[in-house]
Amino acid sequence: MTTLVLADHDNKELGSATLSAITAAKKLGGDVHVLVAGEGSQAVADAAAKVDGVAKVLHADDAAYGHALAENVAPLIEGLMDGYDALVAPATTTGKNILPRVAAKMDIQQISEIIAVNDDGSFDRPTYAGNAIATVKTSDAKKVITVRATGFDKAATEGGSASVEAVSGPGDSGKSSFVSAQVAESERPELTSASVIVSGGRALQSGENFEKYIEPLADKLGAAIGASRAAVDAGYVPNDYQVGQTGKIVAPEVYIAIGISGAIQHLAGMKDSKTIIAINKDEDAPIFQVADYGLVADLYEAVPELTSKL
Amino acid sequence: MKILVPVKRVIDYNVKPRIKGDQTGVDLSNVKMSMNPFDEIAVEEAARLKEAGKADEVVVVSIGEQKAQETLRTGLAMGADRGILIVTEQMPEPLAVAKILAKVTEEESPDLVILGKQAIDDDSNQTGQMLAALLGWSQGTFASKVEPGEEGVNVTREIDGGLETLKLTTPAIITTDLRLNEPRYASLPNIMKAKKKPIDEKTAADLGVDVAPRLETLKVTEPPKREAGEMVPDVDTLVAKLKEMGVAA
Repeated sequence: MTTLVLADHDNKELGSATLSAITAAKKLGGDVHVLVAGEGSQAVADAAAKVDGVAKVLHADDAAYGHALAENVAPLIEGLMDGYDALVAPATTTGKNILPRVAAKMDIQQISEIIAVNDDGSFDRPTYAGNAIATVKTSDAKKVITVRATGFDKAATEGGSASVEAVSGPGDSGKSSFVSAQVAESERPELTSASVIVSGGRALQSGENFEKYIEPLADKLGAAIGASRAAVDAGYVPNDYQVGQTGKIVAPEVYIAIGISGAIQHLAGMKDSKTIIAINKDEDAPIFQVADYGLVADLYEAVPELTSKL
Repeated sequence: MKILVPVKRVIDYNVKPRIKGDQTGVDLSNVKMSMNPFDEIAVEEAARLKEAGKADEVVVVSIGEQKAQETLRTGLAMGADRGILIVTEQMPEPLAVAKILAKVTEEESPDLVILGKQAIDDDSNQTGQMLAALLGWSQGTFASKVEPGEEGVNVTREIDGGLETLKLTTPAIITTDLRLNEPRYASLPNIMKAKKKPIDEKTAADLGVDVAPRLETLKVTEPPKREAGEMVPDVDTLVAKLKEMGVAA
């Protein structure tokens, strides 16, 4: 049994979700190898080789892989899968984009976003926006799995000394090309790896109020900023702020929900946070049923007071 | 340009799913069913491309029980021209759905297939990518902007940390994310008109696709409940708690 883990990265650093995927891969049993497909990505391959429990790193460095285009990366993986029993990737936008393309070519029914590997070889995965946990077992000879990072501890970034082996694939498929990226430049921690998150909901009423009320509090706490789907739908903040079943799944040390009622699809994205704090003026808001500390208050008064007293 | 839009009949977005007592699944009897919200966005995008003169025909296709006809009618009322229903006894898994859609795509020869990025019931987020793989087409997943040009189509994608724009050769697969558009409500005249639009019916067997499941669901359970904690009386108490946790100095 050998498992190949597709690394999530930006050609400079190994994405932290990869570390959770490696932990899940270890639970399948057998050796764990990591594939780093990128361009100018030596530092990522080196970092992957140091991760505890990784036996080998496959490094495909080519301009065709620099932007992780599914049309180029999927055939590369397919060509490597002869030697592997399972393919695992973190359920990041890159992993979600590429893995089903590999699975279909290999005639495998992928298992998406697992949160647990059970002793009997079955997997737990959330369905219905997190309202129902399905325990499933596959009859396919090989497995293709994406991993919800919050379901697994991160593998240690030190302790491994894997060999790095250069591999290559078919290269550029000619089917797609990268045009541009608008990646938010921010001093803030990344949402999925932040230890503190301050999230705002529809009660913020505007993007300006996010800047006026949420940002100063996040600045004080060194926190990332999140939002409910309602706030994203209303156009207050971009979609990459969205915490929830259709957005990002987070599990920080502290999650502060401000003016968020607590729709089930939002709870699915943050309920594994260690401590949840909710500020809402509606004492019946469902968010209070999952909060460790709840404050019934008008956010326009309570949040500036909180920010000033911290 | 011709656009194919697969649509799925799922539990309505506003209904809280109830898990069956025997843990075999979610109870869907007497529950309001609707078109998967991401598929509504896909139909809307196709309808807009047609209204803008960039597409000539929009075909909606659904897979599942007879009642999926209703979902097709919704798509027709939103602006699609005709429907195709592929009848199956139980809902096939994403791989089998992609295989069925690949057959339909070969028969229909669309330039674009626009799908929802995931269905809100099984939350797999696989079908579009799998269809692209089976057809050997390009894929633009999690789209927030679709711009067909002279050659190919530019798709702006919602990725972790921001947006990226890709140029795809056509034919192409596109899957929709939330911000692509805001789907319309079908007007009553359009709902009436949709009743007269044709729906062609086939079975998965007619297409020669094996829909036998690969996954066995051992059980379906409720997620662990999180206990509610304590209510704090004021901001000062909250500040003290944050200091105790070590997140504030």
